[in-house]
Amino acid sequence: MIENRPGLNLLAHLTLMLGVAIVALPVWVAFVASTHTATDFMSGTIPLWPGPHLVENYARMLDAGVSTSGTPPVGTMMWNSLVMALLIACGKIAISITSAFAIVYFRFPLRNMAFWCIFITMMLPVEVRIVPTFQVVADLGMLNSYAGLSIPLIASATATFLFRQVFLTIPDELTEAARIDGAGPMKFFRDILLPLSRTNIAALFVILFIYGWNQYLWPLLITTSSDYYTIVAGIKRMADAVDGLPQWHLVMATAMLAMLPPVAVVIGMQRLFVKGLVETEK
Amino acid sequence: MKRTLFRNQLLPWLLLAPQLAITFIFFLWPAAQAVRQSFLRQDAFGINTTFVGLSNFKALWNSPEYLNSLQVTAIFAVLVTVLSMGFALLLAVAVDRMIRSTSVYTTLLVWPYAVAPAVAGILWWFIFNPTIGVMPYFLDVIGYDWNHISSKSDAMTLVVIASAWKQISYNFLFFVAGLQSVPASLREAAAIDGAGPVRRFFDITVPLLSPTTFFLLVVNIVYAMFDTFGVIDATTEGGPAQATNILVYKVYFDGFVGQNMGSSAAQSVILMLIVIALTVVQFRYVEKKVAY
Repeated sequence: MIENRPGLNLLAHLTLMLGVAIVALPVWVAFVASTHTATDFMSGTIPLWPGPHLVENYARMLDAGVSTSGTPPVGTMMWNSLVMALLIACGKIAISITSAFAIVYFRFPLRNMAFWCIFITMMLPVEVRIVPTFQVVADLGMLNSYAGLSIPLIASATATFLFRQVFLTIPDELTEAARIDGAGPMKFFRDILLPLSRTNIAALFVILFIYGWNQYLWPLLITTSSDYYTIVAGIKRMADAVDGLPQWHLVMATAMLAMLPPVAVVIGMQRLFVKGLVETEK
Repeated sequence: MKRTLFRNQLLPWLLLAPQLAITFIFFLWPAAQAVRQSFLRQDAFGINTTFVGLSNFKALWNSPEYLNSLQVTAIFAVLVTVLSMGFALLLAVAVDRMIRSTSVYTTLLVWPYAVAPAVAGILWWFIFNPTIGVMPYFLDVIGYDWNHISSKSDAMTLVVIASAWKQISYNFLFFVAGLQSVPASLREAAAIDGAGPVRRFFDITVPLLSPTTFFLLVVNIVYAMFDTFGVIDATTEGGPAQATNILVYKVYFDGFVGQNMGSSAAQSVILMLIVIALTVVQFRYVEKKVAY
């Protein structure tokens, strides 16, 4: 701060409080709605404070779900989302870190071509190649499986570049020392590179977990069996079915449950989250 | 560049194999298929395909629906970018004045990043629900009859708000980082020269923040064009009367619901070209930043 201006400080606080309120508004409304019963919305006045049905509504959704919508219990969908998010995050990290290792520490024919192939994936988000990718996955018999939910999404140019940057900053002396001590490439990778990239892996994991959990279009397309519905994709199906018979309290309870894990990760691991966000954009 | 290297020839390929296999099977091959299909036309039964050259692209160019979708996408992207970045910059400037409360406010502002676009859509859709939503209730008091199911501008407003809301935290974090890198000495010097806070903001902070702003512009446009599928699908489904039918939603709809493969593939190819152009812009900027 340059000079002391109490008026401006007050204004800044007011702006921030208003900002926080606007940002929190939709979640507050959803939370309030999820603690009431269906009849509370019929009266015409919208409840603004939580009602007494919180435990009842959430327990019902986790355990049984809305039978009329054809969606499984929210517990099942959350489990599917968790499996998908973990597979995507771990898969991306695993294949990217080995790719970066190959590209940085080896010289081999067609190395540049391999690098460009990986780079191109950045320009082909799933939304632009959606129909042919769906056909490939269908031909491979991967519809309605965890493999189909995760594998087509785990190629990652961003993660490969991140690890490449990290490896380039690791001094050559370490590699030389390792080689003099008789370490082969895989031993060097396991005992030196992996421990040195630990915080980068953790930061990347936070970002990728959120990315995986929040997938929408892809799970919507390739899951036709309700056993594999993920919560983010399932919520829309639930809202559609509920349209005739308003059960907003249950849809909003599901929405709260759908955002709880990734939001908890961001708030609980804020430092790693910010690091991951900044690094993946380099 | 590394001076010390390992000499194996087979090992690097084994290390690259999983990534390259996934890239070929799920990225390059489908992309090539999209390009191929964009030059073909299937008959009504999907048995015969004929090579039709550029006629799928010509058909798009002559299709009022596609041109409308282009226009809707442009308006949508600009509105989301401006709204989200403007709001985030305001909050970042305010937080930049804080000393002790920075981390509290940051925590309270960053979490929407973690909310899925589809869930953000559902939340705002509920708030703006014409019969039981909170906002129409208040808008009714001031005499505005909100209905995003029938009004085109209301529907656009809804998807813009829902999409911008989710992106605020991202922009906020990058603006805060950008503001912190503006040297305090410059602002102090300007203050000594008699420049007030507003003048300092526009003459020192804004120019020095321009790399961050430019980077965020690209990221936000990419976000609005490609990552908002969930918002659209969860709220308006492209309606009413195509008013919120952005390009990505149209590719999906024409391909999966309309089963018009040639047209959908041609649209995919156009989208790829847009992504490539945006990526090139982004990387040019990154190079510039390195040269600073």
